[in-house]
Amino acid sequence: MEKEKDKNITDKIWDLFASVKLAVVIFALISATSVVGTLLEQQAEPEKNVKVLVKMFGFDHETAHRVLGVLDSMHFTNMYHSWWFVAILLLFAANLIICSIDRLPRIVKLVKEPLKPLSEDHFKGFGIKKEVVLKGNPDKTKGAVSDAASKALGFHLTEVKEAHGYQLYSQKGNYTRLGVYITHFSILVILAGAVIGIFFGFKGFLNLPEGRPYSVAFARGSHMTDSAESERILGVLDTSAGNLSYAAKQLGLDEGTLRSKMRTYGIQPLGFLIRCDEFNVDFYGGTDMPKAYKSWLTVIKDGKEVLKKVIEVNNPLTYEGITFYQSSYGLIPGAGGNAIFRFKVSSKDGRAEVLDLKFGNTFAIPGTNLTGKIEDFSPAIGFDERTGRAFTYAEQLTNPAVYMNFFEGGNRKFGGWILKRYPETWKIPDGTVLEFAGIWGMQHTGLQVRKDPGVWVVYLGCIAMAFGLFTAFFMSHRKIWIKLVEEKNVTRVVVGASANKNRHAFEKKIDRMVGLLSKDREGGR
Amino acid sequence: MDSSTLFGVSTMAYIVAMIIYITYLAFGKSQIGITATTVTIIGFISQTFAIGMRWVEFKNVGQMGWLRAAPFTNLYESLIFFVWCLILGYLIIEFKYKNRSFGAFVTPIAGLALAFIDLTGMDKGIHPLVPALQSNWLLVHVVMSFIAYSTFALAFSTGLMYLIMKTEKRSEPSYIFWTVSTGIFLVVLLAMGLDYLSFKVMIKNPDVLIKSFLFRASLLSNSPLVSLLSWIAAVVFIFMLWRYGHLLKKVIGSFSLSADILDDITYKSIAIGFPVFTLGGLIFGAIWADQAWGVYWSWDPKETWSLISWFAYAFFLHARLLRGWRGKKAAVVAVVGFVLVIFTYLGVNLLLSGLHAYGS
Ligand code: HEM
Repeated sequence: MEKEKDKNITDKIWDLFASVKLAVVIFALISATSVVGTLLEQQAEPEKNVKVLVKMFGFDHETAHRVLGVLDSMHFTNMYHSWWFVAILLLFAANLIICSIDRLPRIVKLVKEPLKPLSEDHFKGFGIKKEVVLKGNPDKTKGAVSDAASKALGFHLTEVKEAHGYQLYSQKGNYTRLGVYITHFSILVILAGAVIGIFFGFKGFLNLPEGRPYSVAFARGSHMTDSAESERILGVLDTSAGNLSYAAKQLGLDEGTLRSKMRTYGIQPLGFLIRCDEFNVDFYGGTDMPKAYKSWLTVIKDGKEVLKKVIEVNNPLTYEGITFYQSSYGLIPGAGGNAIFRFKVSSKDGRAEVLDLKFGNTFAIPGTNLTGKIEDFSPAIGFDERTGRAFTYAEQLTNPAVYMNFFEGGNRKFGGWILKRYPETWKIPDGTVLEFAGIWGMQHTGLQVRKDPGVWVVYLGCIAMAFGLFTAFFMSHRKIWIKLVEEKNVTRVVVGASANKNRHAFEKKIDRMVGLLSKDREGGR
Repeated sequence: MDSSTLFGVSTMAYIVAMIIYITYLAFGKSQIGITATTVTIIGFISQTFAIGMRWVEFKNVGQMGWLRAAPFTNLYESLIFFVWCLILGYLIIEFKYKNRSFGAFVTPIAGLALAFIDLTGMDKGIHPLVPALQSNWLLVHVVMSFIAYSTFALAFSTGLMYLIMKTEKRSEPSYIFWTVSTGIFLVVLLAMGLDYLSFKVMIKNPDVLIKSFLFRASLLSNSPLVSLLSWIAAVVFIFMLWRYGHLLKKVIGSFSLSADILDDITYKSIAIGFPVFTLGGLIFGAIWADQAWGVYWSWDPKETWSLISWFAYAFFLHARLLRGWRGKKAAVVAVVGFVLVIFTYLGVNLLLSGLHAYGS
């Protein structure tokens, strides 16, 4: 009581931060605010959340708007980035740090302290207590006891001489008591990793058209071309292959100004060029279920191609700490005229040739006197079941097809749709096979672009947490003391043991040890 | 025979086992108990085969390797796997503690989970994996999460049993807690059962999802009269449970079941589930998200609710270790924790939408 009074304010704050009570309050705060954060969609259009409020609480539209306004002013619509949420996380970190500092010295002492022999009284208080009487005096029996302990428990006992015999004792797993602290520490490491990511990383996107290299990515929420100036900057960056000082000179700016302008427009320099050589979607069998989205990417640094990789969802590309994730795709508006259609032509006599064609091109079919012409194109062709008429059913290259007419001496002989995904449409009536091998220059691949130097710290923290939890829950600090007391030609063996976790398993092992000793006794008879 | 027939057999077996276990609780004849265990084991074996067969079917449909074809990828499959883990865990406990009375508390969870699949009209079809789900991290993430969830479910049932056994007076907070929360749980299920029936009878259009029909047959009915009557019925039901809950206590009390064992199982289940959940649920989930989208943590509803459940169990462990919370208090936390898990898993999918909502 007196101690309480003596405490000054610093001590009190310290005690508060060292207490689990504060931890409980923080858990509750994070949970309660997060619930609101999961009900409202974060960083969404206000209308969406108005709808949510109307649906959930039956507000009328106006009230919902007002309520949303209040929530918005409290940052609940982007709460995980709000100052107060970050403050709660900081409190959490402070709580963990101080709580650990407060307790660690005691625990370290406990861990490091060698075990000491115990007095008679102490033996009464053990959770695990055994007694057995062996023939022979302690000098003779102590060897058997040591052996049994090493066999059944794997313990090597320390021995001291006592008034009426010996005391043998040992401990194992004392370091496992630190597992809890590794766990707590790992949470701090993970938080630190997250902070590093926030300050030194960026998150962006890049819609990369096939064939055209980019030297920048774009911040989320920005558009790829915003204004005349940003477009001008982009144009110059393009021609300067990502070299900022060169680009600055071209624009008549100094490099610092250029960088800050880029920041306002949400343009993030990569430090190298990235190019998508091809984008393709694989489908499951004859369905429109996508099986894989693939982008063939090339990294160009200082004019040289330094890395090529085919990325897919779940399999990104990383270069100089910047990672590109496959995330979406789409048609480039108005790109149809420049797109290249690739055909592998196999004529009847077995010769093969590759043709790269454009819309409207006329070309000769090798080995024949036929000419072909691409007359029409559909990114996703379907045929009406009744009339058989062709129509386009999607704005993506889901089921691309070209309509080709074939001529002989200026007269149309035949024509039809050739579908990329359906080989049965590749054969034309005269026996030539026109394999529709690819379309190029019509799509962009949508990439998430991320730089996060903190992610390795986060992973390290995760590994530490796994390790710490394993130690905390599946390993235990076990201690054993064995007293050998001489009594008229026999030895009374008193065992006392403890384990901070899973006492049951330890007790079973000790029973085995006692069993070994008992056998010994019978053998010695 | 295909996997769905075998799944049907196992569902029936668990529901029959539930009835036999409850009969066993009431009469205590050991033959009844043995029958219950046998039926459960039959259900478990057929479910095991069913999962194996679905694995093969999935491999054929998906045109991919064995590992990718593990049938744990959507809401339906993961619920099936949850039930499988739960029954396995239960059988282990039954043999280890030589006591069958938990069966009456665990098999209903299994039966309800399976009934839930039908009640919500969940899609049972085998579909090839969309690209985002083609990840080995996802596999370990789902498998470990569900192992953890089943340990939490065990802790929930032993916690609930503990509360039933140990509460004395109707005015006691923990008595009110267990009767009211069990009451709400049953009312929700009953209401969903009614939805299911009326949905089957009235809605013939296959495009209408049962999801949008939730509680429309009773509590949220368009007819004010039906809605009012339902609310009254719900309140009366919960009241009756509160009034006569001690009868259950008599039934359980007649068993040679020590409250300490229940408390012990509650703790041990959570002590196993917590690290598994941390590693498999949170960490591997984060690694998967990082690989797929480049964000290891995005505070989407599913992640956030997982974190909330995680806090609840962290709280359980700290309260026990540092404040010596045992018995009733600890049991209440175990029950609340599992309610949060259920919400993380089903509520988020059904009510909130997000990155992970693969059920839709
Ligand atoms: C969510 C974050 C946390 C996790 C995952 C966590 C994890 C753990 C674990 C696994 C244990 C061992 C429990 C057992 O053996 O049953 C533990 C013990 C402990 N935790 Fe935490 N903890 C967290 C937050 C905190 C906070 C914020 C505090 C600060 C007050 C705290 C204080 C303690 C203390 C004092 C112990 C006992 C240590 C000992 O036995 O020496 N924990 N924690």
